[in-house]
Amino acid sequence: MGFGQRRWHRFKRNRRGYWSLLIFGFFFVLSLCAELVSNDVPLLVSHEGRLYFPLLNSYPETTFGGEFETEADYLDPYLLEKLTAPGSWLLFPVNRHSFNSINLDLTVPVPSPPTRTNLLGTDDRGRDVLARLLYGFRLSILFGLALTLVGTVVGVVAGGIQGFLGGRTDLFFQRFIEIWGAMPELYLLIIFASIFKPSILLLLVLLSLFSWMGLSDYVRAEFLKGRNMEYVKAARALGVSGVTIMVRHLLPNGMTPVITFLPFRMSASILALTSLDFLGLGVPPSTPSLGELLAQGKANIDAWWLSLSTFIVLVGTLVLLIFIGEALRETFDPRKK
Amino acid sequence: MLLTIDNFSLSFIQDDSGPEPTETQVLHKVSLDVSSGRTTALVGESGSGKSVTALSILRLLEDTSNTVSSGRILFKGRDVFSLSPKQIRSLRGNHVSMIFQEPMTSLNPVYTIGNQLIEPLLLHRALTKKEAEIEAIHLLERTGIPDPRSRLTAYPHQLSGGQRQRVMIAMALACRPALLIADEPTTALDVTIQAQILNLMQDLQEEFNMGILLITHDLAMVKRIADQVHIMQNGRIVEQGPTDTLFDNPQESYTIHLLESVPSGEPEPLAAQRPLLDISHLSCQFKIKTGGGGFWGGGKKIIQAVDNVNLIIPEGSSCGIVGESGSGKTTLGMAILKLVKSQGSILFGDRDLQPLSTRTMRPLRKEIQVVFQDPFSSLSPRMTVGQIVEEGMKVHKLGGNKEQRMILVQAALAEVGLEPEHIFRYPHEFSGGQRQRIAIARAIVLKPRLLILDEPTSALDMTIQKQIIDLLKGLQEKYGMTYIFISHDLRVIRAMVHQVAVMHEGRIVESGPASELFALPRHPYTKQLFQAAFGT
Repeated sequence: MGFGQRRWHRFKRNRRGYWSLLIFGFFFVLSLCAELVSNDVPLLVSHEGRLYFPLLNSYPETTFGGEFETEADYLDPYLLEKLTAPGSWLLFPVNRHSFNSINLDLTVPVPSPPTRTNLLGTDDRGRDVLARLLYGFRLSILFGLALTLVGTVVGVVAGGIQGFLGGRTDLFFQRFIEIWGAMPELYLLIIFASIFKPSILLLLVLLSLFSWMGLSDYVRAEFLKGRNMEYVKAARALGVSGVTIMVRHLLPNGMTPVITFLPFRMSASILALTSLDFLGLGVPPSTPSLGELLAQGKANIDAWWLSLSTFIVLVGTLVLLIFIGEALRETFDPRKK
Repeated sequence: MLLTIDNFSLSFIQDDSGPEPTETQVLHKVSLDVSSGRTTALVGESGSGKSVTALSILRLLEDTSNTVSSGRILFKGRDVFSLSPKQIRSLRGNHVSMIFQEPMTSLNPVYTIGNQLIEPLLLHRALTKKEAEIEAIHLLERTGIPDPRSRLTAYPHQLSGGQRQRVMIAMALACRPALLIADEPTTALDVTIQAQILNLMQDLQEEFNMGILLITHDLAMVKRIADQVHIMQNGRIVEQGPTDTLFDNPQESYTIHLLESVPSGEPEPLAAQRPLLDISHLSCQFKIKTGGGGFWGGGKKIIQAVDNVNLIIPEGSSCGIVGESGSGKTTLGMAILKLVKSQGSILFGDRDLQPLSTRTMRPLRKEIQVVFQDPFSSLSPRMTVGQIVEEGMKVHKLGGNKEQRMILVQAALAEVGLEPEHIFRYPHEFSGGQRQRIAIARAIVLKPRLLILDEPTSALDMTIQKQIIDLLKGLQEKYGMTYIFISHDLRVIRAMVHQVAVMHEGRIVESGPASELFALPRHPYTKQLFQAAFGT
């Protein structure tokens, strides 16, 4: 049995972590297909013997016998009537709302409580909370993944160089990290948020500038330890070059803290995005985000469906990630046989 | 009888390895006795269950592992398993003391020696602080540490390994125990220190009329101080008896095997050859930060690790470098490999290695290879055996394509006595001896002319040591390789080498043909070393 296979076997033995991974994976895949699950356009329309894919193309209302040249509004009762007439049919997603479609048929003031059309109610602009949660979850996870990836890669490279070269390089790098780490991250974000147009990419870049530091310390320590191991000396005696020693010998042996920390870093990244959104420093308005929903929940404290549902999604995600992280840590614990 | 172990069996229960807890029996009906004023030795190779037996006497395993045991352990006629937790605590330290193998880790680094020494005195002997301090100084004095009063305020890192082991002994003796369990008390120490510690233990045994249970793998030590010997193999006592009888007339095949594994014999004589390696005026320094000093926390001390060493090694011969830890043997090896910076010239064949850069040195790297002491850290745990052995060939672009290289790898593995299908396995699946064979395979697959062996057998059991030495001898005969054999174990050196250099504090104090040097050591340090090792 190979190394990876054995590890996977050991991971699976931790039932809690394994199930957390399955559940998390299910929701993540579901959210990746958010457009197919929750949307205000039908997946498929059959009208007068022809098939239309409103998800991919936009059709003017006139296509389906309407009067306007504008894009068809499939929730309009007039058009709906035409499309459900004999000879035509249409297939809607499970939840007939997109993250930014506003329910105009509400009879109560927004935010409106859960009804049969809006299963988790609407937010303060009449947008469906369930749809926003689904899209917001996807954005959070993707952002978390991207930030974790960038932070990990930069952290491993920086830590690896410090640990492998040691000496003066290490010393300067360490001092640089101390200075860099002392920069007020939040102020920088506020300043940049007022200079540039807020966007996901900007956030990713700004947070990446700081997220690599924690990890680089661990990798540095692993490399420093590994550098003096006899297998590295043996490789040097064989004439193996420095870069190859780092990649082939030190990196695989220094990966344990990296992998162990991955889920925790990811939950930290998600939380960072949520907090910034909550403070209004994060993603541009109208982007579905968990933090923005929480802020709305705070502003409309009696609209319990806002804060409660967001809270459950957020806590659920973080708990699942932490369970996965625990299982990973156990898998890579060298003291366990 | 002071201590009686009667038909004692013990199993470890592991419940995280599968759905069902598994039971591994490590001790099978072990019986042994220790009487007051006598020394009983428990001898065996690693994994034979010696230490588990020792830990069971004080019931120290219960706290850390899940065990099931049967049989009895009687201390002064009382079964230790019938004692209450309070009674067992008073037994530990007060009546039975233990000395562990590692003096580096068995003292707590954040407390002073005095602090750690006084604690058991206050705890078990109900002395006042003042009395305890006087007693502590007396104890340290008894173990032969110079200037004991000032040592009380020293921290463990300020003492040498031998001094630490003396402190451990002082701690163990603090409460005048009736039984002293010494678990490999000298394994981590240099030979000259080993001899001192053994003498100390013998003196103290006479003085306090202690029973000693000595746990060791070192037969020479057993022969010297034990009255009774028990040979242990795979958790069973295979043979026991008085020391002299057992050594002169062993009955069991395992005992005979063990006694025969003591390195013996001499290397094949050698025709005169031209020198392969000619080292002259080689020096190597390390800078050590002493802390304090200047504004920037400077304060550096320069240590001469290798000091003006001259050495000529003929092609096809073995040169032994002996010395205690810290004498610079390993640094000398690393300097020859150009893994540390040094001054002086290193002529390999007729090329001076010293001015070569990393790049120009690379082609020569395959001519000079190295095997390290610790088979557990010298193989990367994340690479397969095939990858490990193949790596050198890849670097030097030898052996054609991957398939052809793998054939060479398998041939090298066969050469060192491993199976060809081992190439897909990872190092942790192998025993210490097998790993050392892998490390040797990695070196010889390049067909080097010079092989530096840095304590290649020190981490191995005796019987395995013997096998590795035979293997190395065989390989030398076959390929005419030149060996530099670095070791502190003089018996291994005597069995292996043609020429010996004795190192002390970075200098070679004496060198010459092995036969002459072993017969007639001249330098006082060499004499001291030989006396400690061979007890002559």
